[in-house]
Amino acid sequence: MKRPHLLRSAASAGRFLRRDKKALIGSIILFVLLVIAAFPSWFTPDDPAAEVYNPGAGLSWAHPLGTTSFGQDVFSQVMAGTRQSVMIALVVGFLCTILSVAVGVTAAYAGGLIDDTLSLVTDVILVIPTFPLIIVIAAYTKSASFWTIVFVLVVTGWSYGARQLRVQALSLRNRDYLLAARARGESSWYIISVELIPPMTSLIVANFLGAALYAVLAAAGLQFVGLGNVNTESWGTMLYWAQNNEALSAGLPLWALAPGIMIAILGSALALLNYAFDEVSNPALRPVAGRRRRKAVA
Amino acid sequence: MRFLVRRVGFLLVTLWAALTVNFFIPRLMPGNPAEAILAQFHGRLNPSALKAIEVALGIGGHQNLFTSYVDYLRNTLTGNFGISFSQGNVSVASLISRALPWSLGLVGISTIIGFVFGTVIGAVVAWRRGGTMDNVLPPTFIIVSAFPYFWVGLLSIWLFSLTLNWFPTLGGYTATSTLSWSWSSFTDILSHAVLPAFTIVITSVGGWILTMRNNMITVVAEDYVKMARAKGLTPRRILWQYAGRNALLPNLTGFAMSLGFVISGAILVEYVFNYPGVGFLLLQAVNNEDYPLMQALFFLIAVVVIVAIFISDIATALLDPRTRNNR
Repeated sequence: MKRPHLLRSAASAGRFLRRDKKALIGSIILFVLLVIAAFPSWFTPDDPAAEVYNPGAGLSWAHPLGTTSFGQDVFSQVMAGTRQSVMIALVVGFLCTILSVAVGVTAAYAGGLIDDTLSLVTDVILVIPTFPLIIVIAAYTKSASFWTIVFVLVVTGWSYGARQLRVQALSLRNRDYLLAARARGESSWYIISVELIPPMTSLIVANFLGAALYAVLAAAGLQFVGLGNVNTESWGTMLYWAQNNEALSAGLPLWALAPGIMIAILGSALALLNYAFDEVSNPALRPVAGRRRRKAVA
Repeated sequence: MRFLVRRVGFLLVTLWAALTVNFFIPRLMPGNPAEAILAQFHGRLNPSALKAIEVALGIGGHQNLFTSYVDYLRNTLTGNFGISFSQGNVSVASLISRALPWSLGLVGISTIIGFVFGTVIGAVVAWRRGGTMDNVLPPTFIIVSAFPYFWVGLLSIWLFSLTLNWFPTLGGYTATSTLSWSWSSFTDILSHAVLPAFTIVITSVGGWILTMRNNMITVVAEDYVKMARAKGLTPRRILWQYAGRNALLPNLTGFAMSLGFVISGAILVEYVFNYPGVGFLLLQAVNNEDYPLMQALFFLIAVVVIVAIFISDIATALLDPRTRNNR
């Protein structure tokens, strides 16, 4: 029973990638970055933290991206920093998605007072500007650790997805097959997990990608202004040191530009995939003209 | 009317939530930073500065949580944010009022430019669906909007300022000059604003293009657009007078929703360019551990965003009766 289902979804994933170039490019980039994140030592010729080279060296075969003004190899730092950004993207994306699904689906399914309360909380968190809030929280925790950053990003990042999922769950709630399940006397748990959530998969995936993108950019911004732990190896921290040592005017632009390019590449991969999944969940947007679907208005 | 009551109610609830979050953050952190900060500054600061921290953190003297919460609410609502001790004991309110025009000018104008450009491009692109522009622009801007704002800022400093020398690198005006109501001051401010504004426009325009394109795609399939075609109206007229107008409405709501994002990005852009606005002030306050200033700034930014969303909700409801019954 399980196997054919898995095979079927693998096959449809393959078809999806072949048809959608955005999804294909996004997946390839993401895969490469995952490999770098999993095995950074394969890609780092030098110890990323070691301050042993000529400071401020230009491009060379030994240092494809030059060195920092502390004499560290920029290329090795960029490779070693991949892990943290990818981890933040995955962990925050995952936790935000769980929270969004839980709140959004519960609100839509339960209705009434529970829906009103959950929707109100969602909307309030949605409109309070999160980045300044993150800055304030990080300022109080002093050099936020990985898990502090994850915590803050999850608390502030789930509301957008919850709102979208609630709207979609509401539109599914009164479909015939759900009413039938209820008439059969299935438990709420069964209806939610087997009947209600699976049709929402593409939107859930799109939300995961959106949350992951938000996490990468926000975490990098936080570390860039020095609110993360400045001794970790990450792209945001590299940018912090580059900015503090005026890498741009000191003639070491790659020190500042390279980690940013990596953030941009990871971000683009997530955004491309996100967009592709958006097209799956909203057929009207697909390249072939599809059926009409009115957008939910806030 | 019912709609208006609901929106006003929501506005008040959100404002209260922002206030309350602001109050509880320093208390809920592990190790109670509020007390620690106070202890840390004891003896190092004059009494009025200490008082300022107490006001900002709402931990005056030996009160319990509830009375200090009430005190904090009263102080904030009457605009008494205390005194900033990192910027020479000036009142927080005056520091903010000095920084606010810079941010409103820079972020406001560049957000509007980005919105207008994005909406027009999005409408045209959706109108010629499947054309060259439609195949190139949306994917390009999906990628660009995933770039970190601050990094685009660094890149444009490096390219346009340090390498090409077209624009000044830092600040809101030439530090050695005095600002006045003159043409030279105006051009000075303008040349300093170009790069940060460019950064904000480039990174925010993609979002508007995508939402407008998606709205247009829905609207173009509506019957009244078919009707307009059947009547033989010019495509240009259908595009702007029929489809564009209607697709714009949901985009207005999106405009308000994304404002928080733009402002978050703008904080980092101001930081990169040392632009003398609210975002730069916030990060300075963070670096100097100037908690009264920091808390007041967070509250201010939250109020601006919340009120902007409220206004756009009301505007959308006035322009589009269909939305009044929703929620």
